[in-house]
Amino acid sequence: MGETPHRSADAGTGGTRVTQSHEWPAGASARVAEAPVSTRSPGGAGLGGGGALPRSRKFGAERAFRGLTLAAGTAVLVIIAAIAIFLVAKAVPALRANTENFWSYEGWSPNDPEPKFGIGTLAFGTVLSSALALLIAVPVALGIALYLSHYAPRRLGTALGFLVDLLAAVPSVVFGLWGRDVFSSPVRDFSIWLNQHFGWIPLFGGDGPFGASIMLGALVLAIMVLPIITSLSREVFLQTPTANEEAALALGATRWEMLRTAVLPYGRPGIIAAVMLGLGRALGETIALALTLGITFGISFNLIQNGGNTIAANIANAFGEANETGRGALIASGLVLFTITLIVNITARAIIYRRREFTESAA
Amino acid sequence: MAKRVEASNVTAYYGSFKAIENINLTVEPKTVTALIGPSGCGKSTFLRSINRMHEVLPGARVEGNLTIDDQDIYDRDVDVTAVRRMIGMVFQRPNPFPTMSIFENVVAGLKLNGVRKKSILEDAAEKALRSANLWDEVKDRLGKPGAGLSGGQQQRLCIARTIAVEPQVVLMDEPCSALDPISTLAIEDLMFQLKDKFTIIIVTHNMQQAARVSDRTAFFSIEKTGDPGRLIEYDNTQKIFSNPSVKKTEDYITGRFG
Repeated sequence: MGETPHRSADAGTGGTRVTQSHEWPAGASARVAEAPVSTRSPGGAGLGGGGALPRSRKFGAERAFRGLTLAAGTAVLVIIAAIAIFLVAKAVPALRANTENFWSYEGWSPNDPEPKFGIGTLAFGTVLSSALALLIAVPVALGIALYLSHYAPRRLGTALGFLVDLLAAVPSVVFGLWGRDVFSSPVRDFSIWLNQHFGWIPLFGGDGPFGASIMLGALVLAIMVLPIITSLSREVFLQTPTANEEAALALGATRWEMLRTAVLPYGRPGIIAAVMLGLGRALGETIALALTLGITFGISFNLIQNGGNTIAANIANAFGEANETGRGALIASGLVLFTITLIVNITARAIIYRRREFTESAA
Repeated sequence: MAKRVEASNVTAYYGSFKAIENINLTVEPKTVTALIGPSGCGKSTFLRSINRMHEVLPGARVEGNLTIDDQDIYDRDVDVTAVRRMIGMVFQRPNPFPTMSIFENVVAGLKLNGVRKKSILEDAAEKALRSANLWDEVKDRLGKPGAGLSGGQQQRLCIARTIAVEPQVVLMDEPCSALDPISTLAIEDLMFQLKDKFTIIIVTHNMQQAARVSDRTAFFSIEKTGDPGRLIEYDNTQKIFSNPSVKKTEDYITGRFG
C-alpha cells in the first residue's frame, strides 16, 4: 500500500524532457505520424505529457473511420429502400391486371390473357412447412447443443460441433436432390404406414399418392436449419457463467436441473435468436422445396399426400416461363414473403425486448 | 439443524496436481470456523471438497474421509445432490441467477426440491430473507431482477438462497472479498446470527475478519509453489491470534510472510 503514491508521482511528471513537448505543433497530425516512435513511448517525453495540451486533430484516422462506418451504415438503408421500391414498382401493375382476388384465389396462372393468381395457398404452404420444420428441428437442435456444451467430453464436443457446422455448409440444392432421390422413399413408406394406422387424423388422411409431400419438404428443411440452430445455441450455452452453474449445483441440483435453472434461462434470448435465424432460412428456402414438394395449389393441412407449395419454390419453378405480368405477380409474392419474414423478426425482437430487464443486468 | 463436520486424511487433486494433503480437522456444530492462509494453500479446495463441489471440475478428485455427523459423504451410495442440499455454499462473487427475480432466486433451491405450493414458497422466502437481513430492503420489489441489487445485497440474497433450503452446514468462500466495508460488516453481523442455527465454515483472506467472526481458526500453508497445502495449526481463534503454537502461523498472522 505504501508504495502506491510514490509510483504514481513519478508517472505524473512525465520524465525529464518536459520542455520539448512545447515544440510539438498543435493539431498537425502529419507531424505526429512522422515523429520517431521513441517520443510516444514512456522513455521519451512521457505519454502523460507535460506542457501545453495539443489541440484536437481536425482530420485523422478517427474521423476517417467515423465517415467509413457512417457510409456503411447508410448503405444498408439505401439497399433496403432500393429493394422495397423495386418490389413495389414491379408488383403493382401485375396486381392491377389480376382478375381474381390476390389473397384468396387458389391457383397461379398470371401468364394467361386474363391473369389469375392468389397468394393464399403459397403463403400457407410457406408458413406450414417452415413451422413444421422448426417443430422438428428445434428440440433436436437444443438437445444436440446441450449435449455438445455440457455432457460430451471436451474433445468429442469440439469434433461433433465441427461436423454440425459442416452440415450447414452443404448447399441447399444438394439437400433438395438428396431429399427427392433418396430420402423420399423412406418418407413415402412412413407416410403409407401413418395413413394406414392414423388415417382417421385429418393430418394423415387421403388416398395418396404419398411421398412428395409437405412432410418430406419439412423434414428436409428441418435438417437444413438444424446446424444453424445447433451451433448458435451451443455458443450461447457455453457462455453461461460458471458461477451460475455452480450456484445451481451447490443448491443440490442434478445436471439436468442445473441446465434448467441456470443454462436454459440464461440462453433464452440466444435460443430465440437462433430459432428466428433458422425460421428465416426455412421461409426463404427455394430450391430444396422446389425439388421435394409435389407443387399443387390448395390449402390443406394434409401432411403426407403429394402436394404443397411455397412462395420461394413457386418463384423458382415459375420464373422461367413467366411473361411481364407473370414476373410482376412473382415479385408481388416475393413482397409478401418479405413481409412475413419482417413480422417474424419483429416478433422475435419484441420477445427479447420484453425480458431485457433480466438479461441486461446479467452482463 | 447443525451438524459436526469431520475430515480425516483428506487429500484433493486437480488431475495429477495434489492441491491439499492429509487434512485432519473437526468442526463442531453451531460454530464459525475460519480457514486462513496464503493464496494457493488449498483452503478453497478443502472447502469445496466438503460439499463435493470440488469434483465438479474435470479431473478433480478427493481421497480420504469426510463425514457429517458420522455419515460418510463420499460413500458410493450417497446421492451427491443430497450432500449439497445438506451443505450449502456461498461463493466469492455474488452469483444470483440473472434471469430470475429476487423471489425466484430465494426459492430456487426449494423449487429444485419439488416444493411448488405458492404459500409455502412465500413463507420460506420471507423467512430466509429476514434471516439474511435483507427483507426490509427488498420486500417491495421481490419481482425485480436479483442482479439489479447492489453487490452487498446480492451476496445477502445468495446467503438467503442458501439458507432457504435449511441446510445443516453453510460454507462461505471469501464471501466478502468483492464487497465494501459496510456490506462486509452486514455479512459479518449476519454470521453471528446464523451460527445459532448452522455450522459455518468460512474461507477468508482478511485476518481481522477471521478474528472477529470465528470461534476457531485453521491455518493452511504450502512449503513452496507446487507443493500441496497442509493444515499447519487449528485452534481457538483467540489462541491462534494471540499465542499461536507454531512459528509459521505467527509469522503469517503478524504479516512477516504470505
